[in-house]
Amino acid sequence: MYFSKKDILDMESLSVEEISLILDTADRMKEISQRPVKKVPTLRGQTIVLFFYEPSTRTRTSFDIAAKRLSADSISISASGSSIVKGETLIDTARNLEAMNADIIVMRHSSSGAPHLLAPLVRSSIINAGDGTHAHPSQALLDMMTVREKKGGLKGLRVAIIGDIAHSRVARSNITGFKKMGADIIAAGPPTMMPKGIESLGTEVTHNIDHAVDGADVIMMLRIQKERQKNYTLSTEREYARFYGLNKKRLENAKKDVLIMHPGPINRGIEISHDLADGSHSVILDQVTNGVAVRMALLYLVVGGGKNGDAD
Amino acid sequence: MGMLIKNGRIVDPGNMDCISDILIENGKIKDIAPGIPETAAEKVIDASGKIIVPGLIDMHVHFREPGQEYKETIESGCQAAARGGFTAVCTMPNTDPVNDNAQVTKFILEKAKQANGVKVYPVAAISRGLEGKTLCEYGELKQAGAIALSDDGRPVISSQLMRRALEYANGFGLPIISHCEDIDLAGNGAMNEGETATRMGLPGIPNAVESIMVIRDIALSELTGIPVHIAHVSTAESVHAIRDAKKRGIPVTAETAPHYFTLTEKAVENYNTNAKMNPPLRTEQDRQAVRNGLADGTIDVIATDHAPHHVLEKEVEFDKAANGIVGLETSLPLGLKLVEEGVLTMAGLIEKMSINPARILGLERGIKVGNAADITVIDPDAVWTVNKDEFLSVSRNTPFHGWEVRGKAVLMIVDGSSHEC
Ligand SMILES: [Zn+2]
Repeated sequence: MYFSKKDILDMESLSVEEISLILDTADRMKEISQRPVKKVPTLRGQTIVLFFYEPSTRTRTSFDIAAKRLSADSISISASGSSIVKGETLIDTARNLEAMNADIIVMRHSSSGAPHLLAPLVRSSIINAGDGTHAHPSQALLDMMTVREKKGGLKGLRVAIIGDIAHSRVARSNITGFKKMGADIIAAGPPTMMPKGIESLGTEVTHNIDHAVDGADVIMMLRIQKERQKNYTLSTEREYARFYGLNKKRLENAKKDVLIMHPGPINRGIEISHDLADGSHSVILDQVTNGVAVRMALLYLVVGGGKNGDAD
Repeated sequence: MGMLIKNGRIVDPGNMDCISDILIENGKIKDIAPGIPETAAEKVIDASGKIIVPGLIDMHVHFREPGQEYKETIESGCQAAARGGFTAVCTMPNTDPVNDNAQVTKFILEKAKQANGVKVYPVAAISRGLEGKTLCEYGELKQAGAIALSDDGRPVISSQLMRRALEYANGFGLPIISHCEDIDLAGNGAMNEGETATRMGLPGIPNAVESIMVIRDIALSELTGIPVHIAHVSTAESVHAIRDAKKRGIPVTAETAPHYFTLTEKAVENYNTNAKMNPPLRTEQDRQAVRNGLADGTIDVIATDHAPHHVLEKEVEFDKAANGIVGLETSLPLGLKLVEEGVLTMAGLIEKMSINPARILGLERGIKVGNAADITVIDPDAVWTVNKDEFLSVSRNTPFHGWEVRGKAVLMIVDGSSHEC
């Protein structure tokens, strides 16, 4: 199968076959990262711009390492260092990046839909590295890769996603992606963090975390933005930890081999108790490792690398 | 010697619906009768197959002069109005500077005089600077030519100020038009709250943002006995509240805009900023409620909320895009669609687009001997495609570009002077 998409914008626009191809490619990319010399010449001469309108050291670093392992030239542009702060529009900025012959623009933006605005206007491939509260496809794909690796597949798994669903692009992309691959999803959190109509993405909804954890194969905890207290979406962190946080006692009803995931960075003791974050069920560091592999796969595939079906 | 319009179907709600001739002299209607000889006028217009109605009034437009002439001027706005068949418009006060004093009102009227004859009725601000803190000088504004008061674009948050505004304005015979929005509940919402917003990851605006304030204003109208006019109704809950208030005899009136009875929130999919507005496009259920409200008289008026914006304010991230669409050049065919679909009769549509706004604003209207000759001639069969590039408005922000529509104003007459549309 050939990968024919110019852009990676969200999980909705990827087919089951495309998702499988990305995950298979990522598996092979991971092998490169385990070699003593972690570098292949595959994308030599390609220019990748990491355009981060909103700060995110983790995701940016992960894409940067991915680009370097494929021998691409990557440059980082952040909002504070660019002309955006001087009043240039997003479209102007993107056209300028393209004029510098960027082959791929990896972008992070605080507005939902920002990469969708640019994609049809530029020749460069756009990879969405997170837009507002809409989508974070590379995070969903690395989560899927991690689960597939540990469980051997995704079909029929029970996946619980817990926390601030309303403000989470990670939750939206994971619900759409896992659902597409045949998993059952249950979303849990206080009603103030549950957006209207989220069921339409194909998830069950509960406000009871014990119900969500019950029989789960995978538990994904979401990061709580502490400043949400201003929007009255939570009372205190203490109460949140007590009613919606994951701890050992709560985990007892999950499957014995349950995986605990978190997109990071963790608020220890709030979303997850200290012992669980570092415990045997936690695959949080595998997620980080797989993040590089998935991003290598995405960079490789959007520039047409899938055509010869060979990763190196 | 004047103008003779022959063989048109005259639709003047509550007055007549028949094929007849109209003779116009000295800006006034001189005679209405079948078979007026062509020798009676120097200009004869054959209106066979056309519909002749009292000049359309759009009681809610934003012309951006003074302050943002790159979006619209009074002159370009008047040209767009004439193209759409409107002989009169009411301009909202959120200009820069705000129309909260007699100087700005006079400036607008002066500019309008230099335009194409479309009657411009300035709506002045309820509160100084639209800040919701102090009343403007309603007496002076009335003398300068203001026809009504509104802080449109912003809600009057203080119930106390709203009550006093109703009472004080009533003393000068100025009606109040209310922009109903609970901005705290709206938060940073960018579109209708619901499944579509959740999928798109956009913060939502629930229906109650509007109806909470509609219900408050109804309560203030009930308290004072003074009429209040609700602008741009978009939700089922608002329609229900207004219907109920009217049943109880409270003097509330309301308008909606063509986009609320034509489109739903689906129009913003793909982050289409040309369908971004405030209040936002709602669900199919709300759209049906608005249509029912028009059909049973709960909603009195169709107004466009014509809101021109520059392309640079629309070709941006959805949450950062300006709210509003242009409406003057597409309002009539979208209204005629309601007639085609049986929601309104032709007379019912003309009531919403001419007779009722005139009644609310205290204007003389109707095709009667002795009245000013303000007339719109409509070709109900003209099929055409909306093309934003041909708009006379300075701005192009419309979700209707490329739509095939039926019906068009072909001629409009203001005080006896005619303009082709
Ligand atoms: Zn308004």
